[in-house]
Amino acid sequence: MNLLARMPRWGVHPAENKAQSTARPIRQAPMPAQLILPMQQHIGAPAEAVVATGDRVLGGQVIAEASGFVSARVHAPTSGTVTSIVEHAVPHPSGLSEPCILITPDGLDEKLAPQPLPAYQQLEPAIVLEHIRNSGITGLGGAGFPTAVKLGSVRDAKIEYLLLNGVECEPYITADDRLMTERASQVVGGALVLAHLVRPQHTVLVVEDNKPDAIAALRLACQGTAAEVRVIPTRYPSGGEKQTIQIVTGREVPHGGIPADIGVVCTNVGTAAAVHRAVVDGEPLVSRIVTLTGNALAEPGNFEVLLGTPIRELLATCAMDATNLDRLIMGGPMMGFALPSPELPVIKTTNCILASAPGELPAAGPEQPCIRCGLCAEACPAALLPQQLLWYARANEFERAEKHHLFDCIECGACAYVCPSNIPLVQYYRYAKGEIRHAEQERIKAERSRERFEFRTERLAREEAEKEARRLERREAAKRKAAGKADPDAAPATAGTSPEVQAAVERVRQRKAAQADDGSQES
Amino acid sequence: MVQPSSPHVVAGGSAGRVMLLVGAGTLPGLLALLWHFGTGVLVQVALCMLFGLLVESLFLLARARPLLPTLRDYSALLSGLLLGLSIPPLAPWWVSAVDMLFAVGVAKQLYGGLGSNLFNPAMIGYVVLLISFPVQMTQWLPAAGVEGAQHVEFMEALQLVFAGTTGAGSAVDAYTMATPLDVVRANRLTLTQEELLSLAPFHDALSIGWTWVNTGFLAGGLFLLWRRLTSWHAPLGMLASLALLAFLFHAHDPDRFASPLIHLFSGATMFGAFFIATDPVSCATSARGRLYFGIGVGVLLYVIRTWGSYPDAIAFAVLLMNLCAPLLDQYTIPRAYGHGRTRKTSP
Repeated sequence: MNLLARMPRWGVHPAENKAQSTARPIRQAPMPAQLILPMQQHIGAPAEAVVATGDRVLGGQVIAEASGFVSARVHAPTSGTVTSIVEHAVPHPSGLSEPCILITPDGLDEKLAPQPLPAYQQLEPAIVLEHIRNSGITGLGGAGFPTAVKLGSVRDAKIEYLLLNGVECEPYITADDRLMTERASQVVGGALVLAHLVRPQHTVLVVEDNKPDAIAALRLACQGTAAEVRVIPTRYPSGGEKQTIQIVTGREVPHGGIPADIGVVCTNVGTAAAVHRAVVDGEPLVSRIVTLTGNALAEPGNFEVLLGTPIRELLATCAMDATNLDRLIMGGPMMGFALPSPELPVIKTTNCILASAPGELPAAGPEQPCIRCGLCAEACPAALLPQQLLWYARANEFERAEKHHLFDCIECGACAYVCPSNIPLVQYYRYAKGEIRHAEQERIKAERSRERFEFRTERLAREEAEKEARRLERREAAKRKAAGKADPDAAPATAGTSPEVQAAVERVRQRKAAQADDGSQES
Repeated sequence: MVQPSSPHVVAGGSAGRVMLLVGAGTLPGLLALLWHFGTGVLVQVALCMLFGLLVESLFLLARARPLLPTLRDYSALLSGLLLGLSIPPLAPWWVSAVDMLFAVGVAKQLYGGLGSNLFNPAMIGYVVLLISFPVQMTQWLPAAGVEGAQHVEFMEALQLVFAGTTGAGSAVDAYTMATPLDVVRANRLTLTQEELLSLAPFHDALSIGWTWVNTGFLAGGLFLLWRRLTSWHAPLGMLASLALLAFLFHAHDPDRFASPLIHLFSGATMFGAFFIATDPVSCATSARGRLYFGIGVGVLLYVIRTWGSYPDAIAFAVLLMNLCAPLLDQYTIPRAYGHGRTRKTSP
């Protein structure tokens, strides 16, 4: 397979800034005084708490149950007491608060007995899948999609490639790098569990060429297994799922489809390691590796962190100089979001905390007019025309923006990175997407109102018709009654119509019918 | 603590830097012009850049916009530089003034400033003058080395530009001569190509001086491509279509139609291909659109040069294609990731 011929032309090369955090091995973060566990650390429906305030919980115990098909369990990371279940600020770009379970660890770190699936190779994939679901595993690389749902959606599709994404193209982040270097056998082991589930022709660990230690460790761990390592050139955003698939297989995930449609399943290496822990070691997802980096930290590095650990405590562990802090970012500098405060917990998708010093991430210069130079279009991994999208977003021409595939934008920021006019392009696209989604919701709302109105109109008309019918009936009845009363020869009113009258009416009817017959014959 | 949204890092370029580097790209061509046509070129470039800044400032003041941010995008200076390179070296000073008024004032500022102009500003200025003052705009000097060419000293050039005559009393037209493309056009019905090439402005099937100028701009253009300041699509489309048409007609009737070499290395061909047709604002925007844009410019250029009434036609060709750019954009939206042409594995 000729890799160079396939390497697409998009992408950018921002300063990597990875050396700061790769110098030391992964360390265990100290036990925090309190754990804050949001019910929603994943894409889908939030989990529902199954413990109450005051309960004592053990490490690995389920504290919140998945509340739907696309949802994920939450487990207690250590033993302690549930102090409260309240709304607490969560790490999300919106800055909103959501229900969280607060646990005060007792320091004993008592755990439930591990429940591994020994000899999983002999088990039905459905059983292993259920085990992964029960272990609360979500994608640890990006959006946090529940892993069991992702693997389950493959169903009967024939899978050619199982890709383990160890690209880690974002600057500063080295969590996956350290994981692959230090725990290569866990990663490869997890890959083999996943391979048992989706039965691919090729199991490929994809790594950028700026991680030589990880590549060497993975190669060693792959020996004698069906998995192989594929090294790709360093370039942002090669680690995006769609981009990794394009680079390795030359295929594109169809618009509105999933990778399984083109015979590919792609999972982050951290997720694979979590699967290995769950299936082989029998431990649910209660911790992850987080990169703590940035010039505001005196001792940056990678840490094994219990989920729910407040970021403030991690920053203290890394000896942060608060006077030197400019920005606190969750994720990397290209796609991460700024945190309003350090009082937020680490969640399943937290791969990096970047505490930058002033001048480290210099603000872009003043926005200048777009000169349509096209550098953004060259950088765009989705092959869009960012300069045109900008035009349409500014002019509120959303239909045209959609025609230019606005919703295929993955907000990687490559366009804004290269823009010589310092235009915050991604912000314009977020605005346009928001407006379009809002308009769509309004449309649906209007549609529902219209349906309700039509239903009401129809109901009123029906009721009116029924009323009218009843009125007519009553009138008929009244008429009949009146006709009965008006008959002077009538016997007592209660006796009804007399036989004589009935006979007379019958005679008249027969005569009329005979006349009608004659008439019809004459004509 | 500030909370801007992602991305939190930028490459740190600026539109002004792009303009400066494009300006730097004209240097080899500028030097060739200086060498072959004298210091009048410098006078024109300086005048145009000066007027460019002046007009930009006046219009910004009238539009109540801050001066510095716009002046520092250097687009007015670049327009001035490009126009200064386009107009005859000894054209009177007011030619530059009117030029820049239309280029920067009308074609750019009245359309809303940099990025909003439909047409290439420099070419609008050029065409206004070409139509309004055809005499002043076609009085080119012969290249040094052409029979009858006189050397113009710097002071003479200044006097001619500002006063119309030198101290010794000779007027501009004492120095000027038909350009090679003028000669081709004027004699296309009476002389064969072979006879044409024996005339003064030619040497060995190439035009004296202009070949170097075009080579200079070609070199500068390659610099732009190397620094990725422009894409190859428009220049290649233009040069290829021009060369192809010239080749076909020349092969069909070599006596009547000039050779591809004359077309590629005469007049403003290379300058137009790399510095005019590549103006990103008024060009089509997708890669394919830019290729079509360039092809259109090349075809129009050949048609007007060969059958039109102007010897050179970069300005007209580019402006006509500027009109088509929005249409090209509409029909050349690139295939986005995951749209069409997807391969599915068969079950």
